[in-house]
Amino acid sequence: MNHHPDLTVGVIQGLGWLYLLLGVANAFWAARSLRRDGYFGQTFEKITGFEHIPKAFVWAGYSALLMMVAFAHLATHSDAADFMIRLPEWFKDSVDMVVANPISYFVFSMTLFILIVLLRNWWVEPTVAWSLLNLSVLFLCLSMTDYDFRQIVGKPDNVPIVAMLYLVAFFTWLYFYKCRENDARLEQGLQPAEKELGESVLVWPDLVYSEMICMLLIAAILILWGVALPAPLEEPASAVKTPNPSKAPWYFLGLQEMLVYFDPWMAGVVLPTVILGGLMAIPYIDFNKVGNGYYVFNKRKFAVITFLFGFLPLWVGMIVLGTFIRGPNWNMFGLYEYWDVHKLEVLNNVNLSDKFWLDFMHQPLPRPDSSAPFLTQLGVILQREWLGLVVIVGYFVAVPPLLALTVFRKFFARMGFLRFMVMANLFLFMFSLPLKMALRWSLNLKYIVAIPEFFFNI
Amino acid sequence: MSSIIEYIRQSQIWRSVFRHPAPYDRRNRAVVVLTNFFLHLHPVSVKKGGIALSYTWCMGGVTFFLFLVEALTGVLLMFYYRPTLEWAFTDIRALRDVTTLGIMREIHRWGAHAMVITVWLHMYRVFLTGSYKPPREFNWVIGVLLLVLTLLLSFTGYLLPWDQLAIWAITVGSNMARATPFLGHEGPGFQLLNVGGYDLITNASDARFLLLGARTVGEETLNRFYIMHCVAIPIVVSLLIAIHFWRVRKDGGISQPL
Repeated sequence: MNHHPDLTVGVIQGLGWLYLLLGVANAFWAARSLRRDGYFGQTFEKITGFEHIPKAFVWAGYSALLMMVAFAHLATHSDAADFMIRLPEWFKDSVDMVVANPISYFVFSMTLFILIVLLRNWWVEPTVAWSLLNLSVLFLCLSMTDYDFRQIVGKPDNVPIVAMLYLVAFFTWLYFYKCRENDARLEQGLQPAEKELGESVLVWPDLVYSEMICMLLIAAILILWGVALPAPLEEPASAVKTPNPSKAPWYFLGLQEMLVYFDPWMAGVVLPTVILGGLMAIPYIDFNKVGNGYYVFNKRKFAVITFLFGFLPLWVGMIVLGTFIRGPNWNMFGLYEYWDVHKLEVLNNVNLSDKFWLDFMHQPLPRPDSSAPFLTQLGVILQREWLGLVVIVGYFVAVPPLLALTVFRKFFARMGFLRFMVMANLFLFMFSLPLKMALRWSLNLKYIVAIPEFFFNI
Repeated sequence: MSSIIEYIRQSQIWRSVFRHPAPYDRRNRAVVVLTNFFLHLHPVSVKKGGIALSYTWCMGGVTFFLFLVEALTGVLLMFYYRPTLEWAFTDIRALRDVTTLGIMREIHRWGAHAMVITVWLHMYRVFLTGSYKPPREFNWVIGVLLLVLTLLLSFTGYLLPWDQLAIWAITVGSNMARATPFLGHEGPGFQLLNVGGYDLITNASDARFLLLGARTVGEETLNRFYIMHCVAIPIVVSLLIAIHFWRVRKDGGISQPL
């Protein structure tokens, strides 16, 4: 008897309903395609010999295929172990290889972000976006045939994160979709599309009714959700049984992930404060008057890309990392990998001062004598950490003027000294995270400044 | 039938409750919004583009509705739940297993998660439409405060079931406070705060102790978080929501292309 079965009859039946839903959705999409997408071109006719074939046939065929898959699932009542439709092992292994490795995960998420921005006009095309949605749902369905994946994603408190990912993706799509139109309109000297809807309507009935429908819909969703999925309740609290891994609530997992790269006083106190302060500062440092009250990308590229960078890879991406990939001992695990408590990861992180004194100077680290007067001790510590301190001070003091003289010259001229300095420092704080990540993985660098004597590590 | 309705509408009782005639014609549809307490948050008329669903995503409204759902289900749960080490877990388990309408807990928890997400999405759309730009700068700041309070509400509520998930999530989360600069007993610079060689900041007097009411997550913490969750934070949030809505109106209504 396999206690960790990849497939059970219950799972197969559930997936059957999911495939059926996807099949029905694609049947509707085929109908939409028949009205809008037209026919295959001449190349297609030459190769196949068929003429006048609507493109919707592809969607109809795909929808039929999904329905057949759905019925194959729904018709299964026994022999789950022999069920054929499941994720191939080679696929799982290759996904695990990319995901469980910090370097490839980092490169992957950054590349994805760059592609989202660069290819925005391509992927917002409804057919492309719909195909991507289909791929993601198929990926999710097939992944559910894996026991370990189900354990992580199916945890009750993790379900909202999956919903959030789809919502964030949808609204990002909606944003870029609307921007494509508005960017083109502004280019031609026209007004944004939102302005066309400038006529006034009465709040009763136009607004209050849609509010009413919204409330009913949300209430219905909450009740259905509550019926379908019991809220999590684990063992009674015990102060002696520490779970491994111990995780903060899911919305703080981005902050918990920062603990890998920063000391608690930075990751848990300073950086969250800077994030919130930075959010509050946004209206006061964004001097761009364009794009007030409508969707636009091209005319506020810098602001939007910065915000998206903070929200998508750094906030949402790190929550995904912290929830789905960080396992026991805060090691990284593949999506389909068993969370083995004994998984060993060699950690030999070193501080910048170690690198400087031991590797470069070939000397032992200067050690403060604990019986010496305070100032003498401090002097030794400063001598030991001088390089790191220079780097940190240089980062926050020298880089802003440098930016003001080079890439941000126009910004500096328009923002004035104070606003520019605030913006530049927030910017540097934000980039300290990916920088520190990159340093950790490329050079095994732990702290740039390491003064454990005063709990002051950066 | 319609004459009965008409009779009721003309009765002294009906007219004393509702200060306005039925919203059948254009004039009375305006009067309804102006004279009804619940509707007077709205202006009488709005620009069509300002309330388009594809523009607002309805996320601010959904967040507010979820707040009301949380308040309602939360009050119902308070009738049942006792925040003590002896009863907290047992009460929650009883809500799951035996209590009539125990689904209130499910709705409360999923609503809380949903509210965190909708707050983020609301901020996302406000940023992407540039609606924080003048004259709405300060309302964005209030919005950020409301974000913090939403997260704190969710965080304090996370402890109340008093299961393993709860105490360890709060332990991990609150351990950060130990490292607060100057005010945490493992934070940089706490040694500076001492009088005559005695540290003012110890593990029984630092920021973490303030948060937990004890050195570790225990009964004092449960009580502290319960009060924060059910009374203190909701009061502040209600006040800020009121200001947030009021500023939406005063700063020129729902945002629109200028």
